[in-house]
Amino acid sequence: MTRLPPQPGEVIDRSRPVDFTWNGRAMSGFAGDTIASALTAGGVRVVSRSMKYRRPRGYMSNDYWDPNGLVQVGDDPNVRSAHRLIEPDMAVEAQNVWPSLEHDLRAVTGLASRFLTAGFYYKTFMRPMWLWPTYEKVLSTFSPGGRIDLDTPHRYHDKRYTHPDVVVAGGGPAGMAAALAAAEAGAMVLLVEHGHRLGGHLLWGDDHDRTLAAELAAAVEAAGVEVLVDSTVTGRYEDNWTAIVQRNHPVAVERLIKARAKILVAAPGLIERPYVFDGNDKPGVMLSGAVRRFVNMHAVRPGSNAVVFTANSDGDAAAADLKRAGAKVTVVDARRGEGIVRALGGSKSVRAVELADGRRLDCDLLVTAAGWTAPTSLLNMACDRPVYDEATARFFPSVPIGNVLATGGLAGDGSPDELIDHARATGRLAAARARAVSHRLQAATARARPVDGEAPGWPPDIRPALPRVPHPALFRSTTHGVVDFSEDVSSKDMVGAATEGYDSVELLKRYTTATMGPSQGKLETVNTVAVLAEARGQTIAEVGTTVWRPPYAPVTMGALGGRLFEPQRVSSIHPWHQANGATFMLAGQWIRPDHYGDPAGEVRNTRQNVGIMDVTPLGKLDLRGPDVPKLLSHLYTNKWMKLAVGSVRYGIMCAEDGVILDDGVTGRLGDQHYMMTTTSSGAATVWEWAENWLQTEHPDWRVHVTPVTSGYTSINVAGPESRTLMRRLAGDVDLDPEAFRYMQVRTATVAGIRDCFMWRIGFTGELSFELHVPAGHGLAVWEALLEAGEDLGVRPFGVEAQRIMRLEKGHFIVGQDTDGLTKAPAVGLRHLIKLDKHDFAGKPELAWALEDPSAPVLVAIQPTHHGRVVPDEAAQIVRPGTNEIIGRITSSRMSPSLHRPVCLGQVLPEVSDPGTELTVVMLDGRRITARVMEHHAHFDPDGVRVRG
Amino acid sequence: MLIVPCPNCGPRNAADLRYVGESRPRPDPNSASAKEWRAYLYERANPAGLLRETWYCRSGCRRYFTLERDTVTNEFTNPPTPVAKLGKRP
Repeated sequence: MTRLPPQPGEVIDRSRPVDFTWNGRAMSGFAGDTIASALTAGGVRVVSRSMKYRRPRGYMSNDYWDPNGLVQVGDDPNVRSAHRLIEPDMAVEAQNVWPSLEHDLRAVTGLASRFLTAGFYYKTFMRPMWLWPTYEKVLSTFSPGGRIDLDTPHRYHDKRYTHPDVVVAGGGPAGMAAALAAAEAGAMVLLVEHGHRLGGHLLWGDDHDRTLAAELAAAVEAAGVEVLVDSTVTGRYEDNWTAIVQRNHPVAVERLIKARAKILVAAPGLIERPYVFDGNDKPGVMLSGAVRRFVNMHAVRPGSNAVVFTANSDGDAAAADLKRAGAKVTVVDARRGEGIVRALGGSKSVRAVELADGRRLDCDLLVTAAGWTAPTSLLNMACDRPVYDEATARFFPSVPIGNVLATGGLAGDGSPDELIDHARATGRLAAARARAVSHRLQAATARARPVDGEAPGWPPDIRPALPRVPHPALFRSTTHGVVDFSEDVSSKDMVGAATEGYDSVELLKRYTTATMGPSQGKLETVNTVAVLAEARGQTIAEVGTTVWRPPYAPVTMGALGGRLFEPQRVSSIHPWHQANGATFMLAGQWIRPDHYGDPAGEVRNTRQNVGIMDVTPLGKLDLRGPDVPKLLSHLYTNKWMKLAVGSVRYGIMCAEDGVILDDGVTGRLGDQHYMMTTTSSGAATVWEWAENWLQTEHPDWRVHVTPVTSGYTSINVAGPESRTLMRRLAGDVDLDPEAFRYMQVRTATVAGIRDCFMWRIGFTGELSFELHVPAGHGLAVWEALLEAGEDLGVRPFGVEAQRIMRLEKGHFIVGQDTDGLTKAPAVGLRHLIKLDKHDFAGKPELAWALEDPSAPVLVAIQPTHHGRVVPDEAAQIVRPGTNEIIGRITSSRMSPSLHRPVCLGQVLPEVSDPGTELTVVMLDGRRITARVMEHHAHFDPDGVRVRG
Repeated sequence: MLIVPCPNCGPRNAADLRYVGESRPRPDPNSASAKEWRAYLYERANPAGLLRETWYCRSGCRRYFTLERDTVTNEFTNPPTPVAKLGKRP
């Protein structure tokens, strides 16, 4: 196991040594080495422990899918070490070993293995229930993952969107030839290769193979194909929306590429399948491809005394490679009826193999070449259901799919020329079909540039089928061995599970967890099916296979999160808030001041002097047209046909099921001009809701709806001194209480800014003016208010102070005090539901709800003798002495105005009468008593202040 | 992700639109029985096959329209129709 002299196809750069560590020990390799090749060159055989039995494991497939090759690299867990290239000073460790890779004490479970058979989770750790905390500790030691460092710094991930004509998944000879032919036919092509360079299996082949790979790769680049290496097409979704994860981005750790491919070509090649026999997971048992990659690409000889069990030309080639590398090689040829039954050896390495004829051969390397698995994943995701072909002992796609085409090993076998001809025909077909799709998409876009020429017909698939080369069906020997190396599931476990009745492949998979580990079925799916077929006495075709689902290769959470495209919204006053100590909160997309340090002080100042609040996120819809009153009457439960110009009215909107959707005030600014306000979170919903009615049920109504939420900066001026303050800035409006009354609206010039409007409403319960200023001037008006009101004690207040004041006044908030079941009669505003209107949204449900004696109602609640205890929001209200829930607290705060806690809550009608004593269960389990109040308003129930 | 043919904007990602659901007539709110009204609210045919459904082009033209989709193949079989042109409820 040393580095060989230079090999003709090696991809390492011997002039650039790279030092790294393995479990703290200094190691060295060359640039271009994978962790696996460098470790193997350094004599390391055991790299991991198996998940359940803690058996020592070494490299088996020596590629991305190697189930034994997961390691920790620094703070990065679950790194595929046969794929990841070494870098200077990389700290590589074995993961999930205790206390060390060489001496894992939990290997004792190997003795207790009869307790760990299929379904052991379900059987062993069920009863008694009170032992669950212990079970969890035991089970967590079986989790195969690496170590997650919670202090890992955030790193940059990215996303990209692209619309190529053709995406080719797989950069082997077939994928390259298909991409080339498609590009030559004029298509924009994206070629995605899983490995670090184009070439596929040609890279570990002979001189002729490598020459062909180099020629194709050069031609692909010259044809203008965009090539992504170290990248994987991880999923294919509806209409060829394909997800590609790019691991080699120069800046981002990973980049998720969302490509809308007109045609997708699947050319992933074939994956070599392990052979099931006793001892098949011992270090030193390898697949032929693993050996060929070690020898030919990385100049590493993984053993010196090899037995090669072969059923195909790749096994023969591996034997030849090993001989050339100076190893002693004995061939066991399955095509001559020879077989292997058992690998023997200690914990570090295989030492001998027992053959079917009873012979026993010493070896330190046992190579198997037992056949292939067709990774039909991308076709599965397009609804193909692969069928088993007995002659070739592998699955083939069965359903022709218009926009996903398979080529290469998925489609058949043949000489390199035959495969490349098929791939080129596939590329040409893909380009022609992409043109047809493109024409179709453009023609369907009414306002796009008119499409030239006749619509091209759908190009038929006239590719000649590839031949299929017969292959012996080799799945399991006469002994039992490991089938799923990731999950440590043996063929014996599977036979047992089938006996227990889990004998459908989907059930067996879930019960034994076979195919559900990190290798995700790439190596073990077909063996699973074969073992089950044998146990059931059926054929593989009869048993069928499981469905491959995305992702094809793992994607980091960072890549999925990626770069965020969610906009953030701020008002024009935002810079002032930032400069003046605001603590911000997120409300949907809005960032707004929660408070300026002392919400209770903000309440007191607003109640005593005057406060101003930035309420810009308030939804605002400009409504124009002769039929606006009809629309309002339809959306709100109350009446709107006679709202006078200059007046404002409050209304509740319900969905068709009678549940409260939104609320707010709407004012009439002119003859055919209204302004509607919605809750901050409901602005978009109400707009769509209004449009829905206007476009579907009442297209004859003449109304224009324009969202102007961000077009105005909205400022609430509230408090006893608010009129004095407004008089100083809005001199053109008569603000006399008789001239501008509560619930009226005026257009005004405020602080010199024209085209403002303001209305007198009072969510806070104080005399207040809500200003709406053209957004560009919002900050100027805000600063003018602060300056002009300095002697009046004007101070800003935030969302928290507003929420306290509205709660003191008993005003409910849609979505806080109501939920998805709260119908309009529940909130105490029955008089706003006008059933004598001809029609409005939710009318029938509201008619029935008004008659419903059982629906919960919203009431004001105050704790009684625990005067300083503020009930928790969402605390349950229960029947005294029981746990029967009869209501809940929906809003709760300490009132700075009343010096006592005040609440709103929903309770059953039987306990809703004023004075009723309630039992509130706090989140910590304490029970306190509270009382239902007479009015929703805890403060100023007669509304004297707001009408002042 | 499905591509939805908007009558104004052309083929768009489904994420650009809102799926309103199966197109269904609104019963007369003044004469509908509870059973009829709740069927309108909650009951859907959910066929495996052709379905007339309503979409809202939320990030584009902001029009509601209906189209017919085969729920098995996800193919849109007929050109989309702006809802307003369907006229009043039956």
